[in-house]
Amino acid sequence: MTAVETWQKSARAIAADVRAGRLTAAAAAAAGFEGPAARWEREVHAVLSTDADARARAAAKAPTSARLAGVPVLLKDNLCTVDHPTTCGSRILGHWRSPYDATVVRRLREVGAVVVGKGNMDEFAMGSSTEFSAFGPTRNPYDLARVPGGSSGGPAAAVAYGLVPLALGSDTGGSVRQPAAFCGVLGLKPTYGRLSRYGLVAFGSSLDQVGIFARHVGDVAEAYEVLAGDDPFDASMREGVAPDVSTWDAGVKGLRFGWPANLWRAGVDGAIVTALETAAGHLERAGATRVPFEFLPGTFAVATYYLLATAEASSNLARFDGVRYGRRASADELTALYARTRGEGFGPEVRRRILLGTYALSAGYHDEFYLKAQRARTRIVREYAAAFARCDVMLMPATPTLAFALGEKTDDPLAMYLSDVFTIGANLAGIPGLSVPMGLAGGLPVGVQLLGPADAEPVLLRAARALEAEGRTGDMTKGYEREFAWPGKR
Amino acid sequence: MAWEAVIGLECHVQLKTRSKMFCGCPNTFGAPPNTNVCPVCLGLPGALPRANERAIEFALRLGLALGCRIAPESVFARKNYFYPDMPKNYQVTQYDRPLCEGGELTIVLEGGPEAVRLTRIHCEEDAGKSFHPERHGDRRLSRVDFNRAGVPLLELVTEPVLESPEACAAFLTALRRLVRWLGISDGDMEKGQLRCDANVSIRPAGATTLGTKTELKNLNTIKGVERGVAAEIARQTALVTEGGRVSQATLLYDADRDRLAIMRSKEHAHDYRYFPEPDLPMLRVSEPRIAALRAAAPELPWAREARFRDVLGLTPYDAGVLTQSRELSDYLEELIALGVSAKSASNWVSSQLLRYEGSAWREVSDLRSRFAPPKAFATLISRVESVSVTATAAKGMLEEVMLRGADPNTLFVTGGTPAISGDAKLRPLVRAVMEENASVVAQVLAGEERPFGFLVGQVMKKSGGQAVPQEVQKLLREELAARARS
Repeated sequence: MTAVETWQKSARAIAADVRAGRLTAAAAAAAGFEGPAARWEREVHAVLSTDADARARAAAKAPTSARLAGVPVLLKDNLCTVDHPTTCGSRILGHWRSPYDATVVRRLREVGAVVVGKGNMDEFAMGSSTEFSAFGPTRNPYDLARVPGGSSGGPAAAVAYGLVPLALGSDTGGSVRQPAAFCGVLGLKPTYGRLSRYGLVAFGSSLDQVGIFARHVGDVAEAYEVLAGDDPFDASMREGVAPDVSTWDAGVKGLRFGWPANLWRAGVDGAIVTALETAAGHLERAGATRVPFEFLPGTFAVATYYLLATAEASSNLARFDGVRYGRRASADELTALYARTRGEGFGPEVRRRILLGTYALSAGYHDEFYLKAQRARTRIVREYAAAFARCDVMLMPATPTLAFALGEKTDDPLAMYLSDVFTIGANLAGIPGLSVPMGLAGGLPVGVQLLGPADAEPVLLRAARALEAEGRTGDMTKGYEREFAWPGKR
Repeated sequence: MAWEAVIGLECHVQLKTRSKMFCGCPNTFGAPPNTNVCPVCLGLPGALPRANERAIEFALRLGLALGCRIAPESVFARKNYFYPDMPKNYQVTQYDRPLCEGGELTIVLEGGPEAVRLTRIHCEEDAGKSFHPERHGDRRLSRVDFNRAGVPLLELVTEPVLESPEACAAFLTALRRLVRWLGISDGDMEKGQLRCDANVSIRPAGATTLGTKTELKNLNTIKGVERGVAAEIARQTALVTEGGRVSQATLLYDADRDRLAIMRSKEHAHDYRYFPEPDLPMLRVSEPRIAALRAAAPELPWAREARFRDVLGLTPYDAGVLTQSRELSDYLEELIALGVSAKSASNWVSSQLLRYEGSAWREVSDLRSRFAPPKAFATLISRVESVSVTATAAKGMLEEVMLRGADPNTLFVTGGTPAISGDAKLRPLVRAVMEENASVVAQVLAGEERPFGFLVGQVMKKSGGQAVPQEVQKLLREELAARARS
């Protein structure tokens, strides 16, 4: 039996080694870059910025007795950091460097985590494939001809190929859960208002949540415990104390899981349907009860989402105008300065969504689009509440398909939008969702999704742990490469 | 045909909170450009607002003072438009669910008091300040200072009920007195702490529908509001009289040249695309909080003015002057509490202390600490009333303190030559003056009243100003009467 290498270890195992003095933070931070990244990164392109000096400096500053001591973390490039540029995958920010750390970044650093770089993403988190990054797409480590999903494709792929055991993304309509499913890792979108948004560059403020990628349920729980909690700098935080997720390994005996099979009767890949059946079997064997019911999160959910998210985005992105920071186009009068800066700085998908959102808020259309969408959102919230009156979690697809090919949907925005159909509900309802890997089908990762009512993170993690334990016989802390075939180039 | 004007005002009041509306930056005027800034008020990516509780409290205090309905739940909204001094290219304000609605502010015009109905009051953030354009070689350069960006503002909107430029000026004057009184703003228009836009329309006298309005901006002084509104009424009236029609527009008033310029017409009106600010929760104000603010509310200026007039018996003029500032009226009340009669306290304050406002003192706190500490000043007034010093001497002492740095605490209490009073001391002086001015005495005895004052003056002069005038007059009359009889 060969020794488990550092880059293969869980975040908790690395932290334990660093705390015990068996490993330095610097060595932990370097492990992924000297290991798989040397082989993978050039082709996958998960990382937008990193440098050895910054990693070493961050490692030197990391407290070595704390919870995540020495754990290397990749951050989606819409989380503000003082030691790396923050581009949001866009040209418009130029060489802008944030003068402050996002609250979640500060919290990670406080417990010893080492920010090793920034991950690729669809520009301003608008996209489902990471193909809309201004700096080139990220590829799926399981199949380089396929997308890693998006918009947090870089962090998802980096966790999948072993660069880091832990990464942060953001999830406005599925941008953590969908790439997690495509890349075969765990992806948690917490309850709205549980993780601070301060320093997360806004896309749709009422929908955005920072999310967690990891390969182990215990690592997700560990990161959630560190990150969740009140922040005076974010007025949209949820009141009360964050739920205790230390029970993530407590089992699912007595748990009722909703089984809305009508959702995958048509239009969902067979491998995903099989994975759902497998997952349901695992949960039942572990003592949970299946509660079948019809669930229609509204065929209007996609329309509702794309009106509200774009309306908020049109306003959130107004600040990128070349006046105070970022890229500025040359122009001899103000309107031209705005038009050229934004025309040159924003990519096609961002421009499309700004136009859509501006339209939805315009005089004469405001009531017909924006207000109607708000009312629809209220209805969707009620529908989820009604569903959770009957069950503790819902088991459902994260995506209708497995990872699709690069270029397959870039010319068809509507097809791209429709691929979010299973994830956007959680954002509209403000509830937590967790994407759980269920192995491979034809060499591609297959994921399922667990949704719960607000503050149900402990329940989601317990259910995910049951799937993890059932699906991968053996001791998880030994490194997951023993249970799964390591990604191979196809 | 006769035309009448209908005017509504939109006033902005800068609040003097310690920090800005949505971040912790200091809210101070005059700091070097772009030094009172942070990620939030610069609108940096990822930064989020959080509402300043103190600013909300100030808004509530004003709303309660004006009798507004306070919304238990109100909503911040984004007003979207691009401008370089707007860091986020949207302003966080309130739109369809403001904090305060209704209420009224009473103004006093020649025809008597008039209650001006209000539409609403809400909280919002100020923008930065642009400076344009400077020439740099062949390039023009604009600069922006973001120190003001995010400073808390209250927007107060009146119903279209004002009828004249004078009424507009009176409204602003009353509003300024109130915000200063409540301690929520310094209300200095020169510093932009109080700003005003006017919506002006005209209609045939007696009509009940409203004409097309124009919006008048850049009214930077109370005089400017009055003159700008007058100019716009005149422009509209001339236009309509000549058979034209008023069209909806935004105008700028140029106070230096007393001219109006059209800034934009209706076709170029903004579509602000308001929607609820998703970064801020609904603003909730509880009943107990309102009750506590009501209980802590000070006596309002108009109530105190009425009390000074009706209970203390001051003249309407003095009651008005002495309630221009809460501090001054507090000072007056303190003198009264120290035993000075209301009438002499008000006389001494309005005719003596106010003379030195600006030349010696600026703030009432200067009076208290340096120029006329209430105890010392009350002592001085009571010494005059008990004729231990003359009014003339007291005024002289006041001048010593105000203009030459004397110490009021010793001068007012022990200073001044004691007054000369009593028959024994004064009668010889009176007789001497009559001897020296025999011809004048003869004139008075012949029935002329005017030279009598001259004789009083001569006696005062002989006493070195220390004689008590009332006694001098009495003795002089007695002596003259005796002379007439003889």
